[in-house]
Amino acid sequence: MSSTHAALSRRTVLQSGLAGGLVLSFEWPLRAAPVNEPEQLPDQPGGQFAPNAFIRIDKFGKTTLVMPQAELGQGVYTAIAMILAEELDADFTQVMIEHGPPSDRLYGNPIFGVQVTGNSNSIRSFWDKLRNAGAAARTMLIAAAAAQWQVDAASCSASSGKVTHAASNRMLSYGELADTAGKQPVPDKPKLKDPKDFTLIGQSLKRSDTPNKSNGKTIYGIDAMVPDMKFATLAQCPVLGGKVKHVDDSAAKKLPGVRQVVVLDDLVAIVGDHMWAAWQGLNALKVTWDEGPNAKINSADVWNELRAASQKDGVVAKTEGDVNKGLAQGQRYDADYELPFLAHASMEPQNCTVRLTPGACEIWTGTQVQSRAQEYAAKVAGLPIDKVTLHNHYIGGGFGRRLDADMVTSAVRIAKEVATPIKVVWTREEDMRHDVYRPVYRDTISASLSNGKIVAWKYRITGSSVLARWLPPAFQNGIDIDAVDSAVDMPYDIPNKHIEYVRFEPPAVITGFWRGVGPNNNVFAIESFMDEFARRANMDPVAFRLGMLEGTPRLQAALKLVAEKSGWGSPLPARVGRGVCAQPSFGSFIATVVEAEVDDVGEVHLRRVTCAVDTGIAVNPDTIMAQLQGGLIFGLTAALWGEVTIEKGRVQQSNFNDYRMLRIDEAPPIDVLVIKSAEHPGGIGETGATAGPPALRNAIYAATGVPLRRLPIDRTAIATRKA
Amino acid sequence: MNFSISINGTMHDVDVDGDMPLLWVLRDVLGMTGTKYGCGIAQCGACTVHIDGNPVRSCLLPIKTVGGRTVTTIEGVGATEAGAKVQKAWLDREVIQCGYCQSGQIMSAAALLAKNPHPDDADIDAAMAGNICRCGTYVRIREAIKSAAGGA
Repeated sequence: MSSTHAALSRRTVLQSGLAGGLVLSFEWPLRAAPVNEPEQLPDQPGGQFAPNAFIRIDKFGKTTLVMPQAELGQGVYTAIAMILAEELDADFTQVMIEHGPPSDRLYGNPIFGVQVTGNSNSIRSFWDKLRNAGAAARTMLIAAAAAQWQVDAASCSASSGKVTHAASNRMLSYGELADTAGKQPVPDKPKLKDPKDFTLIGQSLKRSDTPNKSNGKTIYGIDAMVPDMKFATLAQCPVLGGKVKHVDDSAAKKLPGVRQVVVLDDLVAIVGDHMWAAWQGLNALKVTWDEGPNAKINSADVWNELRAASQKDGVVAKTEGDVNKGLAQGQRYDADYELPFLAHASMEPQNCTVRLTPGACEIWTGTQVQSRAQEYAAKVAGLPIDKVTLHNHYIGGGFGRRLDADMVTSAVRIAKEVATPIKVVWTREEDMRHDVYRPVYRDTISASLSNGKIVAWKYRITGSSVLARWLPPAFQNGIDIDAVDSAVDMPYDIPNKHIEYVRFEPPAVITGFWRGVGPNNNVFAIESFMDEFARRANMDPVAFRLGMLEGTPRLQAALKLVAEKSGWGSPLPARVGRGVCAQPSFGSFIATVVEAEVDDVGEVHLRRVTCAVDTGIAVNPDTIMAQLQGGLIFGLTAALWGEVTIEKGRVQQSNFNDYRMLRIDEAPPIDVLVIKSAEHPGGIGETGATAGPPALRNAIYAATGVPLRRLPIDRTAIATRKA
Repeated sequence: MNFSISINGTMHDVDVDGDMPLLWVLRDVLGMTGTKYGCGIAQCGACTVHIDGNPVRSCLLPIKTVGGRTVTTIEGVGATEAGAKVQKAWLDREVIQCGYCQSGQIMSAAALLAKNPHPDDADIDAAMAGNICRCGTYVRIREAIKSAAGGA
C-alpha cells in the first residue's frame, strides 16, 4: 500500500472519486514536489502487521493508527481513526492514536501534495485513501485467517478486531494474525464497505483527545520538557521587517536566572532558567533597532494603496455570458466591501523546543506543516532532512497560524548559539505583533436585477495572495485560487458573470492563511450584497436567494431548513433583526441565520444563531456541530471587534486587552442542524468562520437599515445616540 | 528565596525569586504543565488555579504571596467533588476542542460550583467571562456547567 500511496498523484485522487461537482471548494493546479522523500516509518519489530503508513497491529492485537493530519482541536484524530477503524473492522475502543511523523510521501495531503492540515480538507481529501488503507488491511487479515484454516476468504468475516469463519465456528484475533497477514498480497483495490453497513462512521463517538485535555495531562508543544533544557523568549523589531542595530545587555545579564543573551540580525533572545527569568531579561534589555523603510507605514497608507489597486483591471478568474450586456439590462447596483487585517491569536502562543547536537537536530512543536517545519529546521541547522526529528504535538489552536513555520526557524537559529537544548516561547505580545496577518481585502460588485433575479454579476477581488508566498507553484497566471474561492463558484443562478482578481501586497505586512481563508472574504461580500440587492428588489432575503438556487439544491434545502428552524419571518422587537448567509464553501452547503439586537449606542447583542449544514456523509455529527458552533463564534468575534492596525510600521494591538475576544457572557445559543446525506464528505473547520460575519452584518442591516460595508462593525454608524 | 507551598495536597520546596508568578513556578520549575500561559496579564484565564478554593490567575500571582494557602491545579482538581463533576460533564458534553484554555475553564467552573451548586445563567456569565476560548466552546461550557450542577 505504501507504494500505492506514494504514486497517488492529485490527479488520480481526483479521478478516483474526489472530483465531482463542488466536492473540492477549489482545485490546486499542480502537485508541488514533495520536499521530504525519506521514509520515517516507525520501528517495525517482527510479527507486527504494518500494511501501510496508517496502521500497525502487533502480535498482542494492539492497533495503532498513525495520523497524517494535525489535531488542532477540530476533532480530526477521532474522525480519521473512525474511518480507518471502520474499514479495518478494528475494535475502536482499543485503538491507539499516534502523531504522524513528517513525510510528504507517506502523509502528504492528497489535495495539497504536501503534508498540510488546512483548508478544511482533512476528511474530504483523505476519505478514499483512509478507507482503502483500512480495507486493504482487513482484506489481508481475512486472507491470512482463510489460509490458516484452508477455507475460502469469502466465507470469513471480520469485526471488532477478529476474523471469524462462521461455518466452522472458528475465530482468530488480529493479534494472532499479525505475523501472517503481512505476508499476504496487498490488494490493489480492496472492497470497501457499503455505507449502509457503517458502524462507526455517522456516530457521534467520543473524541479520543479530550480526556487528557480535561485533566492537564495533554502535552502541547509549549509543554515539551527536555533534559538540561533552558528557557528562552525573544523580541523581534517592533517595526515589521526591522533589524537589530545595537544591544545593551548589561542590566539584563545581572538578573538572577538569566544565562545568555543571543543577538541575531533581526531578533534578540534571552536564555534563562525559566520563562520568567528570560522575560525579565528581555524587559531589561536595551535594544536599538534599525527600523528600516517600514517605519513610515500607517494603516491609512495601506487602505489608500488597496483602494487605488482596486481601481485597476484584474486578471479574469471566470467569465460566463456577457456581463456588460447583462449589466445594461436591468436595474444596476454597485457596492464595495472591505475587510481588515486580523491576527490569529491562538490560545497557545508560538513556541518551539530544540535540541541541537553535532549531526542531529530534534524539535518539539505543534505545527500544521510537519514536513515543512522539518525542512526549515534542516536548512537552518545545515543538516540533511533525515537528521532532523520532529515531534509534533496537540496544537493549542492553529487557525492557520501554524501553517507557517517561522517559529521553528527562529528557534533553531537561536539554538545554534546556545550550548543546551532550549524551549523558545513567544510572549503573547510578540505573538500578536509578529503574526502573519489575514489580508486586507476590497471587493467591488456591480450587478443588475430583472424580475427579482440577478442577470449580471461583475465582481473584482483585490487582496494579497497568501498562496503565492506559501506555495508559489500554485500561483499561476496571476490567479490566487484561494483568493477567488467561493467567488468563481458562487451558488446563484446568474447568466452573465465576470470575476476578476487584483493581487495587492500590502506594504510592511506579511499575510497568512486565517480560518476561512479566501472564502471569508468572498462570502462576506457576496452575502452582504445579496441582502442589499434583495431590499432593492423589495424581496425577502431568504426568498430572493431561494429563487436563484435551483442549480444548487443542497444549499437550497439547507436554506429552507434554517429559515424554518430560526423562525425566519416571525415578528421581532424594534432594533432586532435576523440576517442570513448561504454558502457552498469547502465542499459543504451551509445556511445560517443570526438574530441580533442593536442598542441605541450601537452596541450589538447576539441573541441566537441557527445553522443548517449538508456536509455529505457526516463522519462524526457531534464534531461537525462543535466545529460550526466554534467557527461561528470565531467569525462573529472578528465581525464585532477584529482589526489589526499599523502605526509607524508597528502593529498596534498586543494582547487580549486591545485585541478583543468574544466571551461567554456575549455568546449566543447556537443550534446546528446536520442534514443527513450520502454525498462525499465536505469540509467543516472553516465554515462557521465564513458564515458568521455576513449573517451578523445582515441582521444589523435588518435591525437598523444601515448597510455596513466594512468590518469590524462601526458602532457609530448604527447608533441612534452618541455613547 | 526558599518557598514551601502546598500544591494538590503535596508540599513543594522551591528556590526562586519571590516576585516570580506562580504560573512559571508550576510550569517551569515543578514541571506541572497543565496550567497554561495565555496572556500574562490576567485577561484570558488559561492560567487559572485555586488558592484556598478561589479561582486566581496564576500569571500575575507572585509566589511570595501564596504563603501557607493551598494551591489546587488542573492536575489535582479531580480530587475535589466539584472538580470531578465538572471534568465528567466536560467529557459527557464533549466541550473540548483544542483544549488549551480548558484547564482554566475547568478550574473556574469547579470554583463556581463549589460555592454555588446551582448557578443560573447570570452566575455562569459572571464566573466564566474571564476565561477566553478561541475555539468558541462557550455554548457547551454553559451546558456542561448546568449538567454538572444536575440541572440539565
